[in-house]
Amino acid sequence: MADIAIRAVRKSYGKDEVIHGVNLDIHNGEFVVILGPSGCGKSTLLRMIAGLEDITDGEIAIADTVVNDLEPRERGCAMVFQNYALYPHMTVAGNIGYALKVAGMPRAERDEKVRAVAKSVGLEEFLDRKPGQLSGGQRQRVAMARAIIREPKVFLFDEPLSNLDAKLRVQMRHEIRRIHNRIKATSVFVTHDQHEGMTLADRMVIMNKGTIDQVGTPEEVYNRPATLYVAGFIGSPAMNFLPGEISAERSAVTLGDGSAIAIPPSAAQGMDGKLVTLGLRPEDLHLAAAGSGSLHGQFEFYEETGSAGLYHLMIEDVPFSVLTKDKQRLEPGQEIGVAIDLQKLHVFDADSGQRIDIDHHAAAAQMEPAE
Amino acid sequence: MTDATLTTPLAADTTQPTRRKPRRTPGMVENTPWLNIATHAILIMGLLFLLGPMYLVFAASTQTVQEVNAIPPNLGISDQFWVNMHEAWFTRDFQTKFINSFIVAMGVVVGKIVIACITAFGIVFFDHRLRMPIFWCVFITLMLPLEVRIVPTYAVAANALSPFQTLLNWTGITWLLDTIASVEVNLEWNMLNSYTGLILPLIATATGTFLYRQFFLTIPDELVEAAKMDGAGPLRFLKDILVPLSATNMAALATIMFVSGWNQFLWPLLIITDPSYEVVAVELRSLVPNVNTTGGGIPKWNVAMAASLLVMVPPILVVVAMQRWFVRGLISTDK
Ligand SMILES: Nc1ncnc2c1ncn2[C@@H]1O[C@H](COP(=O)(O)OP(=O)(O)O)[C@@H](O)[C@H]1O
Ligand SMILES: [Mg+2]
Repeated sequence: MADIAIRAVRKSYGKDEVIHGVNLDIHNGEFVVILGPSGCGKSTLLRMIAGLEDITDGEIAIADTVVNDLEPRERGCAMVFQNYALYPHMTVAGNIGYALKVAGMPRAERDEKVRAVAKSVGLEEFLDRKPGQLSGGQRQRVAMARAIIREPKVFLFDEPLSNLDAKLRVQMRHEIRRIHNRIKATSVFVTHDQHEGMTLADRMVIMNKGTIDQVGTPEEVYNRPATLYVAGFIGSPAMNFLPGEISAERSAVTLGDGSAIAIPPSAAQGMDGKLVTLGLRPEDLHLAAAGSGSLHGQFEFYEETGSAGLYHLMIEDVPFSVLTKDKQRLEPGQEIGVAIDLQKLHVFDADSGQRIDIDHHAAAAQMEPAE
Repeated sequence: MTDATLTTPLAADTTQPTRRKPRRTPGMVENTPWLNIATHAILIMGLLFLLGPMYLVFAASTQTVQEVNAIPPNLGISDQFWVNMHEAWFTRDFQTKFINSFIVAMGVVVGKIVIACITAFGIVFFDHRLRMPIFWCVFITLMLPLEVRIVPTYAVAANALSPFQTLLNWTGITWLLDTIASVEVNLEWNMLNSYTGLILPLIATATGTFLYRQFFLTIPDELVEAAKMDGAGPLRFLKDILVPLSATNMAALATIMFVSGWNQFLWPLLIITDPSYEVVAVELRSLVPNVNTTGGGIPKWNVAMAASLLVMVPPILVVVAMQRWFVRGLISTDK
């Protein structure tokens, strides 16, 4: 049980800096997911917490102890690896109990603990098997049990589910969450799968090329993405982006085809002429008759998702999609309107990619009479 | 989405336990009758080349002195086998020599395995500046077998500390100690006529180090890291993980090294003058008849051949006993 404090941490391999000064506080007992595309430095950050990678600059503290110069075994972290990393020549019991054996726990006591932990993850029948005789899911359980038995202050997971098939992945995800609820150890979970991250996390850390773009609950990250990058990364199907320009006079964002999306005057003040990118989630949009709605485009093709339909359009030569349950037949090339829920409009600075906050309530109040 | 109902966790595991694939006949070689016959003919010829001399040794060891020296040569098997064996074993005190050879071969095996394993461990798992230079130094010694460096090795065996003595003399420390403290520095460690002398110079092994290195390189990084997280230090990791995993490699190396240790000839011939440290290969040579040993009498080829058979037995037993491990260790796919 411990807080983790990451202060201005940098990591370089030779001349290449791959982590550019990261700050992050992880609270005791929290389940934090580090999310980002492959190569953004998630594993590197996790491995620096574990002690498997030197910290080039900055400081990491676990339970208020700076661990920069501590060996992995002295940090009180347990890690679950992507490829399980089980000892192939040891039995399941041997694998689970190895850390205790190294720590010098007497045999009888160790066996008892191994049995108890194996039982808690449903492995008690397999204690005498070798890892080679287990299925992927079972191996994953052994890896989990090996971490749990040490009663670590911190659990670290490096994409532990990505070698499992889809169904098993969901199951193991639930199991990891159940285990976390039971033992409540601080956990850091690295993944590139946003769905996995959203469902597991108390808080999410979105990484982008060696920096942190946003830290927040899954809800915050989804509803108020801090940058264009986070907005594009979180949510499936991905958010639509349209280039626009703020017009203070019209109190709106004007698009290339002349249409205007109203924003509150307070937000438009002092930003006249600023180039922005509008973000609109497909699931927040509706189709409207040609000529009505806030946006206008041509229908291209349709994808069925079962519960809803995904309509792909072209708006000003930008691909655009609308996810709606209100299904209708459209012909390719047909003109179509898109209705926007202004409360769910995201505006980003086109240059910096930072979110520009607009007061949705004011915007909505202003729009209502017009409709 | 298809059937997404959650059954009990283990029952829903769709991935199957991995099983070893059944061995298939190699698909590359076509099975035509002519090719079959040709391959078998070549195999049989090779076998005859190997077994022919062996048969001659065996046949000779069963014959009397007259039969073995008969002209034209007598290729039949006679009834003097045990008599010849008895003579070979007792006239030359082979019991001591067998024990000596066994000690040397085992010493070489254990020494080589330990050295090779530790060297490869240092080269593969520790990230330090000297790792490639050390690896290349080891590798270069492949080109310097004992036969090439036998004279300096002899000098060292005669006094293992002589290099240090030279160093001390050269730097003037000997002179300094002599003049200041009247202490005469005279370092000496003589290894001639000893097991240490027989074993030590043979145990450095580039081949073994290389074999171990190749094996260690196949160990996934995550396994090393998992052991680190579990709290195992380097030596613990070596003992608990690497050594058990490399058991088949070790068996393969042990087999090769036992045979080569048992067959050592030149080195013992050079440094051993005391018969109680003599080894079988050298002793065998003294049984081979020549003008000096027969003193003009009839050469006892039958006894020499019986002794040869005796000397061949231990390596053959070791190879037969280890052969399954041996092959697995060399192809090293067991994981
Ligand atoms: N040992 C290493 N040597 C050099 N570069 C590395 C090393 N490990 C990782 N990197 C680089 O650091 C970056 C981040 O890697 P990593 O943390 O593994 O990404 P992620 O886990 O997010 O996919 C990548 O660009 C990768 O190429
Ligand atoms: Mg990674």
